[in-house]
Amino acid sequence: MKIAVCVKHVPEGSSKLDPGSKRLDRSGEGALNQFDANAIEEALRLKGDSDTEVVVVSMGPEKAADSLRKALAMGADRAVLVTDDALAGSDLAATSKVLAAALERESADLVLFGQQSSDGDGAVLWAAVAERLRRPVISQAAELSIAGGTVHVKRQTEFGYDVIEAALPAVVSVSDAINEPRYPSLKGIMGAKKKPSETLSLSDLGVAAGEVGEAGSKTEVLALGSPPARGDARKIEGDANAAQAIVDFLAEKRLI
Amino acid sequence: MPILVFLEHHGNELQKGSLGVLAKAAQLGGGEVAAVLVGANVKALAAEAGTFGATTVHVAEDPSLEPPLPQARVDVLAKIVRDGGYDTVLFANSVLASDIASGLAARLDAGLNWDLADIALQDGKLVGKRPALQDSVLADVGWKTEPRIALFRSGSFDATPTGGGEPKVEDVAVELEEHSRGAKVVGQELEESSGPSIEDADVIVAGGRGLGSPDKFTLAEELARALGGAVGATRAVVDAGWYPYATQIGQTGKTVSPKLYVALGISGAIQHKVGMQSSNVIVAINKDANAPIFEFSDLGVVGDLHEIVPKLVELLNQRT
Repeated sequence: MKIAVCVKHVPEGSSKLDPGSKRLDRSGEGALNQFDANAIEEALRLKGDSDTEVVVVSMGPEKAADSLRKALAMGADRAVLVTDDALAGSDLAATSKVLAAALERESADLVLFGQQSSDGDGAVLWAAVAERLRRPVISQAAELSIAGGTVHVKRQTEFGYDVIEAALPAVVSVSDAINEPRYPSLKGIMGAKKKPSETLSLSDLGVAAGEVGEAGSKTEVLALGSPPARGDARKIEGDANAAQAIVDFLAEKRLI
Repeated sequence: MPILVFLEHHGNELQKGSLGVLAKAAQLGGGEVAAVLVGANVKALAAEAGTFGATTVHVAEDPSLEPPLPQARVDVLAKIVRDGGYDTVLFANSVLASDIASGLAARLDAGLNWDLADIALQDGKLVGKRPALQDSVLADVGWKTEPRIALFRSGSFDATPTGGGEPKVEDVAVELEEHSRGAKVVGQELEESSGPSIEDADVIVAGGRGLGSPDKFTLAEELARALGGAVGATRAVVDAGWYPYATQIGQTGKTVSPKLYVALGISGAIQHKVGMQSSNVIVAINKDANAPIFEFSDLGVVGDLHEIVPKLVELLNQRT
Protein backbone atom coordinates (compact mmCIF):
# COMPACT_ATOMS: atom_id res chain seq x y z
CA MET A 1 0.00 0.00 0.00
CA LYS A 2 1.04 3.60 -0.54
CA ILE A 3 0.00 6.55 1.64
CA ALA A 4 0.65 10.15 0.54
CA VAL A 5 0.58 12.91 3.15
CA CYS A 6 0.21 16.54 2.04
CA VAL A 7 2.13 18.96 4.24
CA LYS A 8 2.69 22.72 4.37
CA HIS A 9 5.68 24.80 5.38
CA VAL A 10 4.33 27.76 7.36
CA PRO A 11 6.00 30.89 8.76
CA GLU A 12 7.18 30.49 12.34
CA GLY A 13 6.34 32.86 15.16
CA SER A 14 4.15 35.92 14.71
CA SER A 15 3.17 36.22 11.06
CA LYS A 16 2.86 39.46 9.17
CA LEU A 17 1.51 40.49 5.81
CA ASP A 18 3.63 42.05 3.11
CA PRO A 19 1.88 45.37 2.35
CA GLY A 20 3.06 45.31 -1.28
CA SER A 21 1.83 41.91 -2.42
CA LYS A 22 -0.78 41.79 0.43
CA ARG A 23 0.36 38.19 0.91
CA LEU A 24 1.73 36.49 3.97
CA ASP A 25 5.40 37.38 4.42
CA ARG A 26 7.16 34.03 3.96
CA SER A 27 10.72 35.40 4.04
CA GLY A 28 11.50 34.46 7.67
CA GLU A 29 11.98 31.12 9.37
CA GLY A 30 9.41 28.44 8.74
CA ALA A 31 8.28 25.15 10.20
CA LEU A 32 6.07 22.18 9.46
CA ASN A 33 2.39 23.13 9.92
CA GLN A 34 1.68 21.59 13.34
CA PHE A 35 -1.64 20.07 12.20
CA ASP A 36 0.15 18.15 9.42
CA ALA A 37 2.19 16.31 12.04
CA ASN A 38 -1.05 14.51 13.01
CA ALA A 39 -1.49 13.33 9.41
CA ILE A 40 2.13 12.12 9.23
CA GLU A 41 1.74 10.34 12.57
CA GLU A 42 -1.43 8.63 11.38
CA ALA A 43 0.28 7.46 8.18
CA LEU A 44 3.18 6.06 10.22
CA ARG A 45 0.76 4.35 12.59
CA LEU A 46 -1.07 2.73 9.65
CA LYS A 47 2.27 1.68 8.17
CA GLY A 48 3.51 0.06 11.38
CA ASP A 49 5.98 -2.64 10.45
CA SER A 50 4.41 -3.30 7.05
CA ASP A 51 5.99 -2.51 3.68
CA THR A 52 3.53 0.36 3.15
CA GLU A 53 5.29 3.38 1.65
CA VAL A 54 4.65 6.80 3.19
CA VAL A 55 5.32 9.70 0.79
CA VAL A 56 5.16 13.31 1.95
CA VAL A 57 4.17 15.88 -0.65
CA SER A 58 4.44 19.64 -0.37
CA MET A 59 3.96 22.65 -2.60
CA GLY A 60 5.91 25.68 -1.49
CA PRO A 61 9.13 27.65 -1.62
CA GLU A 62 12.48 25.83 -1.67
CA LYS A 63 12.67 26.23 2.11
CA ALA A 64 9.71 23.87 2.39
CA ALA A 65 12.34 21.12 2.05
CA ASP A 66 13.02 21.71 5.78
CA SER A 67 9.49 20.63 6.69
CA LEU A 68 9.70 17.62 4.39
CA ARG A 69 12.96 16.65 6.08
CA LYS A 70 11.21 16.79 9.44
CA ALA A 71 8.53 14.44 8.08
CA LEU A 72 11.26 12.08 6.88
CA ALA A 73 12.90 12.28 10.30
CA MET A 74 9.59 11.28 11.88
CA GLY A 75 9.62 8.18 9.69
CA ALA A 76 8.20 8.96 6.24
CA ASP A 77 9.95 7.08 3.42
CA ARG A 78 10.15 9.60 0.61
CA ALA A 79 9.53 13.30 -0.08
CA VAL A 80 8.23 15.24 -3.08
CA LEU A 81 8.50 19.03 -3.22
CA VAL A 82 6.76 21.00 -5.94
CA THR A 83 8.44 24.38 -6.16
CA ASP A 84 8.38 27.00 -8.86
CA ASP A 85 8.57 30.80 -8.89
CA ALA A 86 5.29 30.88 -10.79
CA LEU A 87 3.45 29.31 -7.82
CA ALA A 88 3.62 32.35 -5.51
CA GLY A 89 0.19 33.71 -4.65
CA SER A 90 -1.73 30.54 -5.57
CA ASP A 91 -5.23 30.35 -4.10
CA LEU A 92 -7.35 27.25 -3.47
CA ALA A 93 -8.22 26.69 -7.14
CA ALA A 94 -4.55 26.89 -8.19
CA THR A 95 -3.06 25.01 -5.22
CA SER A 96 -5.51 22.12 -5.54
CA LYS A 97 -4.65 21.84 -9.24
CA VAL A 98 -0.91 21.53 -8.53
CA LEU A 99 -1.27 19.11 -5.62
CA ALA A 100 -3.70 16.95 -7.59
CA ALA A 101 -1.19 16.77 -10.45
CA ALA A 102 1.59 15.74 -8.04
CA LEU A 103 -0.67 13.15 -6.37
CA GLU A 104 -1.84 11.82 -9.72
CA ARG A 105 1.80 10.83 -10.38
CA GLU A 106 1.96 8.99 -7.06
CA SER A 107 -1.42 7.23 -7.37
CA ALA A 108 -1.43 6.52 -3.62
CA ASP A 109 -4.14 4.37 -2.09
CA LEU A 110 -4.75 6.90 0.66
CA VAL A 111 -4.06 10.65 0.68
CA LEU A 112 -3.98 12.30 4.12
CA PHE A 113 -4.22 15.98 5.13
CA GLY A 114 -4.00 17.72 8.53
CA GLN A 115 -7.11 19.56 9.70
CA GLN A 116 -6.04 23.11 8.89
CA SER A 117 -3.10 25.32 8.05
CA SER A 118 -1.95 27.42 10.97
CA ASP A 119 -1.01 30.41 8.80
CA GLY A 120 -4.04 30.96 6.58
CA ASP A 121 -6.50 29.12 8.85
CA GLY A 122 -7.55 27.22 5.75
CA ALA A 123 -9.48 24.02 6.32
CA VAL A 124 -10.70 23.31 2.81
CA LEU A 125 -7.89 22.03 0.60
CA TRP A 126 -8.58 18.26 0.78
CA ALA A 127 -12.08 18.53 -0.65
CA ALA A 128 -10.85 20.46 -3.70
CA VAL A 129 -7.95 18.03 -4.24
CA ALA A 130 -10.29 15.02 -3.90
CA GLU A 131 -12.66 16.57 -6.42
CA ARG A 132 -9.83 17.06 -8.93
CA LEU A 133 -8.67 13.47 -8.35
CA ARG A 134 -12.31 12.29 -8.52
CA ARG A 135 -11.94 10.33 -5.30
CA PRO A 136 -14.15 10.05 -2.22
CA VAL A 137 -13.25 12.45 0.61
CA ILE A 138 -13.81 12.19 4.37
CA SER A 139 -12.84 15.06 6.68
CA GLN A 140 -12.34 15.59 10.45
CA ALA A 141 -11.29 12.00 11.11
CA ALA A 142 -11.01 11.40 14.85
CA GLU A 143 -10.34 7.69 14.28
CA LEU A 144 -9.14 5.92 11.18
CA SER A 145 -8.56 2.30 10.20
CA ILE A 146 -8.10 0.34 6.99
CA ALA A 147 -9.37 -3.17 6.34
CA GLY A 148 -9.91 -5.07 3.11
CA GLY A 149 -9.28 -2.08 0.84
CA THR A 150 -11.77 0.09 2.72
CA VAL A 151 -11.00 3.10 4.90
CA HIS A 152 -13.16 3.39 8.00
CA VAL A 153 -13.40 6.83 9.64
CA LYS A 154 -15.08 8.30 12.69
CA ARG A 155 -15.78 11.91 11.63
CA GLN A 156 -16.20 14.56 14.28
CA THR A 157 -19.00 17.03 13.48
CA GLU A 158 -20.94 19.75 15.27
CA PHE A 159 -23.51 17.14 16.24
CA GLY A 160 -21.34 14.24 17.38
CA TYR A 161 -19.75 11.56 15.23
CA ASP A 162 -20.50 10.01 11.84
CA VAL A 163 -18.97 6.65 11.03
CA ILE A 164 -18.04 6.73 7.34
CA GLU A 165 -16.52 4.16 5.01
CA ALA A 166 -15.06 4.47 1.53
CA ALA A 167 -13.29 2.08 -0.78
CA LEU A 168 -9.67 3.03 -1.51
CA PRO A 169 -8.32 5.08 -3.16
CA ALA A 170 -9.63 7.90 -0.99
CA VAL A 171 -8.70 11.26 0.54
CA VAL A 172 -9.00 11.82 4.32
CA SER A 173 -8.25 14.82 6.52
CA VAL A 174 -7.49 14.02 10.15
CA SER A 175 -8.47 16.01 13.24
CA ASP A 176 -5.73 16.97 15.68
CA ALA A 177 -7.51 14.83 18.27
CA ILE A 178 -6.65 11.65 16.34
CA ASN A 179 -3.19 11.10 17.84
CA GLU A 180 -0.17 12.61 19.55
CA PRO A 181 2.56 13.13 16.92
CA ARG A 182 5.93 11.61 17.75
CA TYR A 183 9.12 13.65 17.93
CA PRO A 184 11.83 12.70 15.45
CA SER A 185 14.49 10.53 17.09
CA LEU A 186 18.18 11.36 16.69
CA LYS A 187 18.49 8.31 14.47
CA GLY A 188 15.53 9.53 12.42
CA ILE A 189 17.08 12.97 12.00
CA MET A 190 20.39 11.48 10.87
CA GLY A 191 18.67 9.05 8.51
CA ALA A 192 16.38 11.67 6.93
CA LYS A 193 19.18 13.11 4.81
CA LYS A 194 19.71 9.78 3.08
CA LYS A 195 16.07 9.20 2.20
CA PRO A 196 14.92 9.80 -1.39
CA SER A 197 13.74 13.32 -2.00
CA GLU A 198 12.51 14.71 -5.29
CA THR A 199 11.99 18.31 -6.42
CA LEU A 200 9.49 18.97 -9.20
CA SER A 201 8.79 22.06 -11.27
CA LEU A 202 5.50 22.94 -12.94
CA SER A 203 6.74 21.63 -16.26
CA ASP A 204 7.53 18.27 -14.63
CA LEU A 205 3.84 18.11 -13.71
CA GLY A 206 2.62 19.36 -17.06
CA VAL A 207 0.86 22.32 -15.45
CA ALA A 208 1.05 25.65 -17.30
CA ALA A 209 2.39 28.64 -15.35
CA GLY A 210 -0.69 30.68 -16.29
CA GLU A 211 -2.97 28.23 -14.46
CA VAL A 212 -1.31 28.82 -11.08
CA GLY A 213 0.14 31.57 -8.94
CA GLU A 214 -1.53 34.97 -9.03
CA ALA A 215 -2.36 34.60 -12.73
CA GLY A 216 -4.27 31.35 -12.25
CA SER A 217 -5.98 32.31 -8.99
CA LYS A 218 -9.67 33.15 -8.89
CA THR A 219 -9.55 35.19 -5.69
CA GLU A 220 -7.58 38.28 -4.74
CA VAL A 221 -6.77 40.44 -1.73
CA LEU A 222 -7.98 43.96 -2.51
CA ALA A 223 -6.99 45.90 0.59
CA LEU A 224 -5.73 45.47 4.15
CA GLY A 225 -7.17 47.39 7.06
CA SER A 226 -7.52 47.30 10.80
CA PRO A 227 -10.47 45.61 12.43
CA PRO A 228 -12.85 47.88 14.37
CA ALA A 229 -11.49 48.46 17.87
CA ARG A 230 -13.35 47.39 20.99
CA GLY A 231 -15.03 50.19 22.91
CA ASP A 232 -13.70 51.37 26.25
CA ALA A 233 -12.79 48.35 28.33
CA ARG A 234 -13.24 48.37 32.08
CA LYS A 235 -11.45 46.37 34.73
CA ILE A 236 -12.40 45.88 38.36
CA GLU A 237 -10.53 44.11 41.14
CA GLY A 238 -11.60 42.30 44.29
CA ASP A 239 -14.45 39.96 45.14
CA ALA A 240 -16.59 42.02 47.46
CA ASN A 241 -18.66 44.06 45.01
CA ALA A 242 -17.75 42.23 41.84
CA ALA A 243 -21.06 40.40 41.40
CA GLN A 244 -23.07 43.62 41.76
CA ALA A 245 -20.70 45.43 39.36
CA ILE A 246 -21.25 42.72 36.74
CA VAL A 247 -25.04 42.95 37.13
CA ASP A 248 -24.87 46.75 36.76
CA PHE A 249 -22.69 46.40 33.67
CA LEU A 250 -25.02 43.84 32.04
CA ALA A 251 -28.03 46.03 32.82
CA GLU A 252 -26.30 49.08 31.34
CA LYS A 253 -25.59 47.09 28.15
CA ARG A 254 -29.25 45.95 28.13
CA LEU A 255 -28.16 42.33 28.26
CA ILE A 256 -30.41 41.50 31.24
CA MET B 1 -26.70 39.30 -9.53
CA PRO B 2 -28.38 35.96 -8.87
CA ILE B 3 -27.22 34.61 -5.49
CA LEU B 4 -27.59 31.03 -4.34
CA VAL B 5 -27.41 30.08 -0.64
CA PHE B 6 -26.79 26.55 0.62
CA LEU B 7 -29.14 25.73 3.49
CA GLU B 8 -27.86 23.20 5.98
CA HIS B 9 -30.31 21.26 8.08
CA HIS B 10 -29.96 18.86 10.98
CA GLY B 11 -32.96 16.64 11.61
CA ASN B 12 -35.92 18.81 10.67
CA GLU B 13 -34.25 22.06 11.57
CA LEU B 14 -32.61 24.59 9.30
CA GLN B 15 -29.34 25.76 10.80
CA LYS B 16 -29.39 29.30 12.12
CA GLY B 17 -26.05 30.11 10.46
CA SER B 18 -27.34 29.40 6.97
CA LEU B 19 -30.55 31.34 7.65
CA GLY B 20 -28.38 34.32 8.66
CA VAL B 21 -26.45 34.08 5.40
CA LEU B 22 -29.75 33.81 3.52
CA ALA B 23 -31.11 36.95 5.17
CA LYS B 24 -27.89 38.79 4.25
CA ALA B 25 -28.10 37.53 0.65
CA ALA B 26 -31.67 38.81 0.43
CA GLN B 27 -30.38 42.30 1.31
CA LEU B 28 -27.60 42.10 -1.28
CA GLY B 29 -29.66 40.51 -4.02
CA GLY B 30 -32.25 43.25 -4.21
CA GLY B 31 -35.03 40.91 -3.19
CA GLU B 32 -34.21 38.00 -5.52
CA VAL B 33 -32.35 35.17 -3.84
CA ALA B 34 -32.39 31.42 -4.24
CA ALA B 35 -31.66 28.71 -1.68
CA VAL B 36 -30.84 25.01 -1.99
CA LEU B 37 -32.12 22.20 0.20
CA VAL B 38 -30.57 18.76 -0.19
CA GLY B 39 -31.64 15.61 1.66
CA ALA B 40 -34.53 13.26 2.22
CA ASN B 41 -37.92 14.82 3.06
CA VAL B 42 -36.65 18.39 3.09
CA LYS B 43 -39.29 20.07 0.96
CA ALA B 44 -41.30 21.06 4.03
CA LEU B 45 -38.42 23.34 5.08
CA ALA B 46 -38.77 25.50 1.95
CA ALA B 47 -41.52 27.67 3.43
CA GLU B 48 -39.29 28.66 6.36
CA ALA B 49 -36.54 29.59 3.88
CA GLY B 50 -39.08 31.95 2.31
CA THR B 51 -39.50 33.86 5.56
CA PHE B 52 -35.73 34.47 5.61
CA GLY B 53 -35.76 35.94 2.12
CA ALA B 54 -35.55 33.05 -0.37
CA THR B 55 -37.71 33.75 -3.42
CA THR B 56 -36.82 30.43 -5.04
CA VAL B 57 -35.89 27.19 -3.26
CA HIS B 58 -34.27 24.41 -5.27
CA VAL B 59 -35.03 21.08 -3.63
CA ALA B 60 -33.01 17.95 -4.31
CA GLU B 61 -34.86 15.25 -2.44
CA ASP B 62 -33.85 11.62 -2.46
CA PRO B 63 -33.13 8.96 0.18
CA SER B 64 -29.61 8.65 -1.25
CA LEU B 65 -29.02 12.32 -0.35
CA GLU B 66 -29.90 11.89 3.33
CA PRO B 67 -26.40 11.12 4.72
CA PRO B 68 -24.59 14.39 5.52
CA LEU B 69 -21.80 13.89 2.99
CA PRO B 70 -20.35 16.64 0.81
CA GLN B 71 -19.69 15.19 -2.63
CA ALA B 72 -23.28 14.37 -3.66
CA ARG B 73 -24.12 17.94 -2.64
CA VAL B 74 -21.35 19.23 -4.92
CA ASP B 75 -23.08 17.39 -7.80
CA VAL B 76 -26.42 19.01 -6.92
CA LEU B 77 -25.01 22.52 -6.52
CA ALA B 78 -22.89 22.33 -9.69
CA LYS B 79 -25.99 21.48 -11.70
CA ILE B 80 -28.09 24.24 -10.12
CA VAL B 81 -25.34 26.85 -10.61
CA ARG B 82 -24.89 25.90 -14.27
CA ASP B 83 -28.59 25.61 -15.11
CA GLY B 84 -29.66 28.65 -13.12
CA GLY B 85 -26.77 30.92 -14.12
CA TYR B 86 -25.96 31.79 -10.51
CA ASP B 87 -22.85 33.95 -10.19
CA THR B 88 -22.51 33.79 -6.39
CA VAL B 89 -22.84 30.84 -4.00
CA LEU B 90 -22.80 31.45 -0.24
CA PHE B 91 -22.31 29.03 2.67
CA ALA B 92 -22.35 29.31 6.48
CA ASN B 93 -19.29 27.46 7.73
CA SER B 94 -19.61 23.95 9.13
CA VAL B 95 -17.75 20.65 8.80
CA LEU B 96 -20.11 19.71 5.96
CA ALA B 97 -20.44 23.11 4.27
CA SER B 98 -16.71 23.79 4.03
CA ASP B 99 -16.17 20.48 2.21
CA ILE B 100 -19.03 21.24 -0.19
CA ALA B 101 -17.79 24.78 -0.90
CA SER B 102 -14.25 23.58 -1.57
CA GLY B 103 -15.36 20.67 -3.76
CA LEU B 104 -17.64 22.99 -5.71
CA ALA B 105 -14.79 25.47 -6.23
CA ALA B 106 -12.69 22.69 -7.77
CA ARG B 107 -15.58 21.34 -9.86
CA LEU B 108 -16.37 24.77 -11.31
CA ASP B 109 -12.75 25.99 -11.19
CA ALA B 110 -14.07 28.91 -9.17
CA GLY B 111 -12.67 31.16 -6.44
CA LEU B 112 -13.47 30.39 -2.79
CA ASN B 113 -12.95 32.94 -0.03
CA TRP B 114 -13.39 31.45 3.45
CA ASP B 115 -13.65 32.62 7.04
CA LEU B 116 -15.48 35.78 5.95
CA ALA B 117 -17.16 37.86 8.65
CA ASP B 118 -19.14 40.03 6.22
CA ILE B 119 -19.76 40.82 2.58
CA ALA B 120 -20.64 44.13 0.95
CA LEU B 121 -21.32 45.70 -2.42
CA GLN B 122 -18.58 48.23 -3.11
CA ASP B 123 -18.77 50.14 -6.42
CA GLY B 124 -21.04 47.42 -7.78
CA LYS B 125 -18.61 44.64 -6.83
CA LEU B 126 -18.98 42.07 -4.10
CA VAL B 127 -16.20 42.36 -1.53
CA GLY B 128 -15.65 39.89 1.30
CA LYS B 129 -14.42 40.99 4.74
CA ARG B 130 -11.88 38.53 6.04
CA PRO B 131 -10.28 38.91 9.47
CA ALA B 132 -6.77 37.42 9.30
CA LEU B 133 -3.73 36.75 11.46
CA GLN B 134 -5.68 36.16 14.66
CA ASP B 135 -8.03 38.96 13.63
CA SER B 136 -5.31 41.63 13.87
CA VAL B 137 -5.94 42.50 10.22
CA LEU B 138 -9.14 42.92 8.24
CA ALA B 139 -8.62 42.08 4.59
CA ASP B 140 -10.94 43.03 1.75
CA VAL B 141 -11.04 40.04 -0.57
CA GLY B 142 -12.55 39.70 -4.01
CA TRP B 143 -13.22 37.25 -6.80
CA LYS B 144 -11.68 37.56 -10.26
CA THR B 145 -14.12 35.19 -11.95
CA GLU B 146 -17.65 33.87 -11.57
CA PRO B 147 -19.16 32.06 -9.86
CA ARG B 148 -17.90 33.51 -6.59
CA ILE B 149 -17.99 31.10 -3.67
CA ALA B 150 -17.88 32.23 -0.04
CA LEU B 151 -17.86 30.58 3.39
CA PHE B 152 -18.91 32.71 6.36
CA ARG B 153 -17.86 32.34 9.97
CA SER B 154 -20.62 31.18 12.23
CA GLY B 155 -22.50 34.08 13.78
CA SER B 156 -21.59 36.51 11.00
CA PHE B 157 -25.20 37.52 10.45
CA ASP B 158 -28.32 37.56 12.59
CA ALA B 159 -30.96 35.13 11.40
CA THR B 160 -33.72 37.72 11.27
CA PRO B 161 -36.84 36.93 9.24
CA THR B 162 -37.14 39.30 6.30
CA GLY B 163 -40.89 39.08 6.06
CA GLY B 164 -40.73 37.28 2.74
CA GLY B 165 -43.59 35.10 1.55
CA GLU B 166 -43.99 31.66 0.07
CA PRO B 167 -41.03 30.86 -2.21
CA LYS B 168 -41.19 29.21 -5.59
CA VAL B 169 -40.11 25.58 -5.15
CA GLU B 170 -38.19 23.87 -7.93
CA ASP B 171 -37.34 20.17 -7.87
CA VAL B 172 -33.86 19.17 -8.94
CA ALA B 173 -32.97 15.70 -10.15
CA VAL B 174 -29.27 14.91 -10.30
CA GLU B 175 -27.31 11.94 -11.53
CA LEU B 176 -24.50 11.52 -8.99
CA GLU B 177 -20.87 11.19 -10.12
CA GLU B 178 -19.19 7.88 -9.38
CA HIS B 179 -16.70 9.34 -6.89
CA SER B 180 -19.55 11.18 -5.14
CA ARG B 181 -21.11 7.84 -4.25
CA GLY B 182 -17.87 6.41 -2.83
CA ALA B 183 -18.25 7.38 0.83
CA LYS B 184 -21.04 5.90 2.94
CA VAL B 185 -22.30 6.73 6.41
CA VAL B 186 -22.55 3.42 8.26
CA GLY B 187 -23.27 4.76 11.73
CA GLN B 188 -23.88 7.91 13.76
CA GLU B 189 -23.28 8.84 17.38
CA LEU B 190 -25.13 12.07 17.99
CA GLU B 191 -24.57 14.02 21.18
CA GLU B 192 -27.88 15.25 22.48
CA SER B 193 -27.42 18.52 24.26
CA SER B 194 -29.98 20.30 26.35
CA GLY B 195 -30.63 24.02 26.02
CA PRO B 196 -29.51 26.10 23.05
CA SER B 197 -26.46 24.92 21.10
CA ILE B 198 -23.50 27.25 21.40
CA GLU B 199 -23.75 28.32 17.75
CA ASP B 200 -27.31 29.45 18.26
CA ALA B 201 -27.05 30.95 21.74
CA ASP B 202 -27.24 34.70 22.37
CA VAL B 203 -25.38 34.21 25.62
CA ILE B 204 -22.48 31.85 26.24
CA VAL B 205 -20.86 31.13 29.58
CA ALA B 206 -17.56 29.37 28.96
CA GLY B 207 -15.35 27.63 31.48
CA GLY B 208 -11.62 27.01 31.50
CA ARG B 209 -8.96 25.49 33.72
CA GLY B 210 -9.56 28.21 36.29
CA LEU B 211 -12.77 26.47 37.34
CA GLY B 212 -10.44 24.10 39.17
CA SER B 213 -12.19 20.77 38.68
CA PRO B 214 -14.79 19.15 36.40
CA ASP B 215 -17.58 19.32 38.98
CA LYS B 216 -17.16 23.12 39.14
CA PHE B 217 -18.70 23.31 35.67
CA THR B 218 -21.98 23.48 37.59
CA LEU B 219 -21.02 27.13 38.25
CA ALA B 220 -20.92 27.79 34.49
CA GLU B 221 -24.16 25.85 34.03
CA GLU B 222 -25.96 27.78 36.78
CA LEU B 223 -24.81 31.12 35.41
CA ALA B 224 -25.81 30.08 31.88
CA ARG B 225 -29.25 29.14 33.17
CA ALA B 226 -29.64 32.46 34.96
CA LEU B 227 -28.68 34.33 31.78
CA GLY B 228 -30.63 32.06 29.42
CA GLY B 229 -27.50 30.93 27.64
CA ALA B 230 -25.44 27.93 26.67
CA VAL B 231 -22.24 26.52 28.18
CA GLY B 232 -18.94 26.49 26.28
CA ALA B 233 -15.50 25.17 27.16
CA THR B 234 -11.86 25.72 26.30
CA ARG B 235 -9.73 23.19 24.55
CA ALA B 236 -7.73 22.50 27.72
CA VAL B 237 -10.76 21.34 29.69
CA VAL B 238 -12.18 19.37 26.76
CA ASP B 239 -8.84 17.60 26.32
CA ALA B 240 -8.84 16.89 30.04
CA GLY B 241 -12.28 15.28 29.67
CA TRP B 242 -14.12 17.84 31.84
CA TYR B 243 -16.66 18.77 29.18
CA PRO B 244 -17.77 17.42 25.75
CA TYR B 245 -16.01 18.37 22.53
CA ALA B 246 -19.29 19.70 21.10
CA THR B 247 -18.89 22.69 23.45
CA GLN B 248 -15.28 23.49 22.57
CA ILE B 249 -14.70 27.06 21.45
CA GLY B 250 -11.55 28.12 19.63
CA GLN B 251 -9.28 27.33 16.74
CA THR B 252 -9.95 23.59 16.81
CA GLY B 253 -13.50 23.93 18.05
CA LYS B 254 -16.30 26.33 17.20
CA THR B 255 -16.22 29.99 16.34
CA VAL B 256 -19.00 31.86 18.10
CA SER B 257 -20.17 35.45 18.28
CA PRO B 258 -22.97 35.73 20.82
CA LYS B 259 -24.35 39.01 22.20
CA LEU B 260 -22.72 38.20 25.55
CA TYR B 261 -19.72 35.97 26.26
CA VAL B 262 -18.80 35.30 29.86
CA ALA B 263 -15.36 33.71 30.33
CA LEU B 264 -14.84 31.92 33.65
CA GLY B 265 -11.27 31.02 34.55
CA ILE B 266 -10.11 31.32 30.95
CA SER B 267 -6.66 32.78 30.34
CA GLY B 268 -7.45 33.79 26.77
CA ALA B 269 -4.80 31.93 24.81
CA ILE B 270 -4.75 32.78 21.13
CA GLN B 271 -6.31 29.45 20.18
CA HIS B 272 -9.35 30.28 22.32
CA LYS B 273 -9.42 33.97 21.38
CA VAL B 274 -9.94 33.30 17.67
CA GLY B 275 -13.11 31.38 18.47
CA MET B 276 -14.87 34.06 20.52
CA GLN B 277 -13.36 37.50 20.02
CA SER B 278 -16.10 38.66 17.68
CA SER B 279 -18.65 38.32 20.50
CA ASN B 280 -20.52 41.60 21.04
CA VAL B 281 -19.78 41.98 24.74
CA ILE B 282 -17.13 40.00 26.61
CA VAL B 283 -17.03 39.71 30.40
CA ALA B 284 -14.11 37.83 31.95
CA ILE B 285 -13.57 36.66 35.51
CA ASN B 286 -10.06 35.45 36.27
CA LYS B 287 -7.88 35.61 39.37
CA ASP B 288 -4.75 36.33 37.33
CA ALA B 289 -4.65 40.09 36.68
CA ASN B 290 -2.22 39.51 33.81
CA ALA B 291 -4.38 36.99 31.93
CA PRO B 292 -4.46 37.90 28.22
CA ILE B 293 -8.27 37.62 28.23
CA PHE B 294 -8.43 41.04 29.91
CA GLU B 295 -6.87 42.62 26.80
CA PHE B 296 -10.02 41.94 24.81
CA SER B 297 -12.73 41.99 27.45
CA ASP B 298 -15.28 44.79 27.80
CA LEU B 299 -15.49 44.10 31.51
CA GLY B 300 -12.59 42.37 33.20
CA VAL B 301 -13.04 41.17 36.77
CA VAL B 302 -9.90 40.21 38.66
CA GLY B 303 -11.11 37.93 41.42
CA ASP B 304 -12.09 34.48 42.57
CA LEU B 305 -14.84 33.13 40.36
CA HIS B 306 -15.80 30.62 43.06
CA GLU B 307 -16.80 33.55 45.26
CA ILE B 308 -18.21 35.81 42.58
CA VAL B 309 -20.27 33.47 40.38
CA PRO B 310 -22.62 32.12 43.11
CA LYS B 311 -23.36 35.72 44.20
CA LEU B 312 -23.88 36.75 40.61
CA VAL B 313 -26.33 33.89 40.01
CA GLU B 314 -28.22 34.87 43.16
CA LEU B 315 -28.45 38.53 42.10
CA LEU B 316 -29.58 37.58 38.59
CA ASN B 317 -32.22 35.22 39.90
CA GLN B 318 -33.55 37.95 42.24
CA ARG B 319 -34.20 40.16 39.23
CA THR B 320 -36.50 37.70 37.51
